[in-house]
Amino acid sequence: MSISLLIGVGALTSIGVYLITARTLSRIILGFVLLGHAAVLALLTAGGPSGAAPIAGGDAALANPLPQALALTAIVISFGLTLFMLALAVRQQTLTGDDLVEDDLEDQRIAQLAAENEHEADR
Amino acid sequence: MNTVLTLMLVAPLLSAALAFAVRRHDQLRDALTLAGLGTAAGASGVMFATVAADGPFVLRVGGWHPELGIVLVADRFAALVLPVALAIIFVVELFAIGQRKTAWGSNPELSGPMMGVLTAGVSLAMLTGDLFTLFVAFELILVSSYVLLTHQGQAAQLRAGMTYVVMNLLASTLFLFGLAYVYAATGTVNLALLTERIPELPDGVRLGIGAWFFVVFGTKAAVFPLFSWLPDSYPTAPTTITAVFAGLLTKIGIYAMIRFHTLMGMDQLGNTMLIIAGVTMIVGALGALAQSHVKRILSFHIISQIGYMLMGLGLFTAAGTAGAILFLVHHMPVKTVLFLVGGLIENDQGTGRLDRTGGLARRRPLIAALFAVPALSLAGLPPFSGFVAKFAVISAGIEARATPWVVLALVAGALTLLSMTKIWLGVFWGADPDRVSVRRPPGNRPMMLAATGIAVAGTLTISALAGPLFDLSVDAAEDLRDPEIYRTAVLR
Repeated sequence: MSISLLIGVGALTSIGVYLITARTLSRIILGFVLLGHAAVLALLTAGGPSGAAPIAGGDAALANPLPQALALTAIVISFGLTLFMLALAVRQQTLTGDDLVEDDLEDQRIAQLAAENEHEADR
Repeated sequence: MNTVLTLMLVAPLLSAALAFAVRRHDQLRDALTLAGLGTAAGASGVMFATVAADGPFVLRVGGWHPELGIVLVADRFAALVLPVALAIIFVVELFAIGQRKTAWGSNPELSGPMMGVLTAGVSLAMLTGDLFTLFVAFELILVSSYVLLTHQGQAAQLRAGMTYVVMNLLASTLFLFGLAYVYAATGTVNLALLTERIPELPDGVRLGIGAWFFVVFGTKAAVFPLFSWLPDSYPTAPTTITAVFAGLLTKIGIYAMIRFHTLMGMDQLGNTMLIIAGVTMIVGALGALAQSHVKRILSFHIISQIGYMLMGLGLFTAAGTAGAILFLVHHMPVKTVLFLVGGLIENDQGTGRLDRTGGLARRRPLIAALFAVPALSLAGLPPFSGFVAKFAVISAGIEARATPWVVLALVAGALTLLSMTKIWLGVFWGADPDRVSVRRPPGNRPMMLAATGIAVAGTLTISALAGPLFDLSVDAAEDLRDPEIYRTAVLR
């Protein structure tokens, strides 16, 4: 049980990391959704082996309720953030026609300066 | 005291909700926002006085035991830093109200309420006694900052905002993984219980946790090499928003780091922290020197100054921690004021680019004076607060025989002075620019000047009270370095 969960965490993390290195915002968002799931699974695994439902009064081995509470909070937060990023992507789409993450300004400026230097060296 | 702690969280959130409901009525909305922020700032003042008199105070929310429930801890560290932070937000909101009708202002219908949410997040982050609530507080701060950064929906803001959101979301996700890691290793996320259980862990696991959270908090604090999102995104937002971000957001990261790593006794990470601190100081100062826009220069300085605080923390001596705390208290108002003055310049000149401004000292001597005080303070010249703070960190470094870092700190200080001179030459001296394209209307200038003036007066007060403040920082550092104090306060 625990091993399969851990494998799940690993798989979700690797796919998530792969996706957030992409250039389109929609893929990055999907990557974060998967990474969020991986973190929640990791939290649940951290709570120890599963047991009966964590309600007071049972005598069987109960599941640890604390990580479940933490996981629920984390899920709600990542849900809201996903929506916000989708809104950003839509706004970017209307402004520029696609949802690519653009080059860093500083990088562009340095590249431009380097090109100018080379041009002058040629003359 | 229960009410006081609760007020700092509930008042700004409640005022944000009410202000959002009446967002179309300018005066009602602004009055509500100011009332919420003012109540929180006032409550933090009461907290400071009470904690100074009676020692740390702990509120168990809902009466749960710390192992299960949420605790709010007002120790001497939180009681020293939080009032400064909340006062800054209040002053910036005053400035924002003065600026709201200008081309540079934020959209007040959103920015007022979101400032309330941000304030609640800042209070929660500083008061919380467990790691998970710290995560929630970070999210509260970040969500409001995402909205504040991008709410005008301009192309530049979206481009920069995207980097900002992605970087910070990644840090948040890593935070969540870190929580799972800590919980699996110790069975709790409560800081007081962690101070007992983390030292008992095997060295590898303990340092793994320390390093993991160093990365998480380091991304928020924009230390080298995790800073690239900062100078890109901050300058694109409206002045008041950049001012709050610059004064508070990265400092929350450093605050969390000082609290977590000192309480858990992560001394073995000290050398790594010192190396990163040195690089951060120099890279930030050099980056600032290469810029030609007031706000971008100031943004790079945030990074450079973070290095000093990290250096104080990385020494892991009583004097070093106290120096880092004093630096934090000095840096928050000074950085905010500089950005507010940047806003005044933009408002007056139509731009913040150094090659398109000039001669402002002649035409607006008041703005020049308001710039000079915090600029000299940032560079660390006596008699301003920056000198005292840098002196505290550097003398702690000499005491700990960390000579290379002391040299780097001095070099970074000289570079800071150089780029402040660059702003001064570009904006305040020289010939008038060919054409000043001031966008109308100019806004409520007296109110903006007054807000900046209050903030400058605040930084001067910090310079004047440097002695007592240093004593308070030493007390706060003592509370952090002896986890027994924290533990007894929380678990009693």
